[in-house]
Amino acid sequence: MNATTAPSADTPSAKLAFQLYVAIGVAVLLLMMIAGALFRATQAAVTPIPANFAYELMTLHGAGMVGVSGLAGAAVMWYFLRRYVTLSTGMFLVMLGLSLVGVVMILAAIGIGRFAGGWTFLYPLPAKSMGVWGPHAAGAFVGGLVFIGVGFLLFYLDCAIAILRRYGSLWKALGLDQLFGSGPVDTSLPPTVVASTMVVIINVLGILAGAVVLVMSLISIYVPTVTFDALLMKNLIFFFGHVFINATIYMAVIGVYEIVPRYTGRPWNISRPFLASWAAVTLIVMAVYPHHLLMDFVMPKWAIVTGQVLSYLSGIPILLVTAYGALVNIHRSGLKWDLPLRLIIFGLFGWAAGVLPAIIDGVVRVNVVMHNTQWVPGHFHFYLMLGLVPLLMGSLLYACTRSEWSETALDRGAFWTFGVAGILFCFVFLSAGYQGVPRRFAVHDAAWLGHAQIGTLAAVLVLLAAVALGVRLLARLPRASLS
Amino acid sequence: MQNLAWALSLVLMGIVAALFLWVAAGASRTGGDATGMAASAQGWRNGVFWLVILAGVAISFGTLWDWPIAGHATAAAKPDTVIRATGHQWRWTLDKDTVKAGQLVEFEVTATDVNHGFAIYKDKSHVVAQAQAMPGYVNKLQVRFTEPGDYEVLCLEYCGLAHHGMRAVIKVGK
Repeated sequence: MNATTAPSADTPSAKLAFQLYVAIGVAVLLLMMIAGALFRATQAAVTPIPANFAYELMTLHGAGMVGVSGLAGAAVMWYFLRRYVTLSTGMFLVMLGLSLVGVVMILAAIGIGRFAGGWTFLYPLPAKSMGVWGPHAAGAFVGGLVFIGVGFLLFYLDCAIAILRRYGSLWKALGLDQLFGSGPVDTSLPPTVVASTMVVIINVLGILAGAVVLVMSLISIYVPTVTFDALLMKNLIFFFGHVFINATIYMAVIGVYEIVPRYTGRPWNISRPFLASWAAVTLIVMAVYPHHLLMDFVMPKWAIVTGQVLSYLSGIPILLVTAYGALVNIHRSGLKWDLPLRLIIFGLFGWAAGVLPAIIDGVVRVNVVMHNTQWVPGHFHFYLMLGLVPLLMGSLLYACTRSEWSETALDRGAFWTFGVAGILFCFVFLSAGYQGVPRRFAVHDAAWLGHAQIGTLAAVLVLLAAVALGVRLLARLPRASLS
Repeated sequence: MQNLAWALSLVLMGIVAALFLWVAAGASRTGGDATGMAASAQGWRNGVFWLVILAGVAISFGTLWDWPIAGHATAAAKPDTVIRATGHQWRWTLDKDTVKAGQLVEFEVTATDVNHGFAIYKDKSHVVAQAQAMPGYVNKLQVRFTEPGDYEVLCLEYCGLAHHGMRAVIKVGK
């Protein structure tokens, strides 16, 4: 192994960079949870927040949560991938710096410019606010997303270069030579490298599509006479958005492969089913996005069929490879439970269970009566709030404590409160969606208030538990170790 | 359809929860033969995999063979009446808002400014059908109202600050 293929050095600046990510990640996550809870409370009519401010909160919550999920997921990937390849600390910090510039622009767009176009910036809404916000507010929001996207793109390109230097090609790093080869599988290829390669491939393409549509949006904002095809823009936006948010989960899953075996003493090696599932996921995550467009009947029929069928297939690698693999790994292993492991296994449950109502929503016949009802935030909060967030928290806690964690009553209380209140929160959304309650309504009709009020109570409990968990993580941050 | 989606979700999520609880409850106990369990688990997984694939084929054909969106990419039944539904920030324009129960109604759904979601509600708790309303495109949605009454039209695609107030009513007579 030469100098270019050695693991990354554990320098003080690398440790500081990781600590910065964790500290900023926890702070932004909690702030965005507050924004989300306030939006839910507005729906419940228990706050005096006016609708216009509520939609600003909704926009902030969406953009902030997607951004911080990406940053925290990247931190987990960087933390483990750098053990196998040489990653640049400088580029890791450049991503953080550009993201913070983007965040400031987005905050200014919303806080000063009153932008409330939703995080999905669905064309041409940013440019057509009916006078509520101006072009500079829309431009700052979209421009902020461009800065964040460029930061992520540089990070993923650094990861791609490092992987190529070590493994020669993305084909080999994904293990495809072994998947399609006839000999025994070489288990020296780490699952972390396979997962990271998949994330690099999909997110580079996703962010490039995002860059194209963001620039087109900027043009439409500042040169209103230039218009684009609304269906094309919708396809680009949902391809970018779907890939980016899914990649956050696949980055967090790296923590499962690295951490769970340390508790059980059972290695998590690659196998042909493992490689096949990651190869399939690489294609599926990029090709499945038309399931967001099932109610656009002008889409080609094959695209609608693709959306439904791939949506169904996407559950197989999640449920039968990663979740099932983790259960087999921990079964009767004699492990000792602690907070990081509890969070990781609970996060896997949230992910595995949450994809089920999502897959059901991907059936056209269901989508025609449930699309854009609260069924949608029901399933995505399930696999993000109860899946991604515990996976990230568990992995980051582990990075800061290793096996030195001493469990307290506060840990157990916070974990169970987060889990039980979180499940209640998500099921209230699902139940509301089942009864047709629309999503993204700041003002709810009287018939829908009960759901919103129970949801608000659950949101407050989740927030309190998350604060307790976040403070525990921050308190341990000085002990973080990269080795 | 909503009942089926809800019940199926509860059952499947319950199975996943039960599996996680069962394994987690026994994880701190020792005694498992890791190699033997892995082999047994792989056998189970292979079986479940093919079951899931077979179910997927059945579900795909069962739900898509008879194309679920009337008028989309296939010849539609001739409607008894056609209503042009146009979304604007923040109101709906319907060129006709009264139909008779039992009639096959075709909505030609479009928008003049931004994306909207044309959703027909019964009693605020039941979505009858929906389609996206998009500038530059017309989505055709066929609905046969079986029960007389007032059906409310809501916007299900976020379209700006008065999104929640974008309503209309379709009166279905006997």
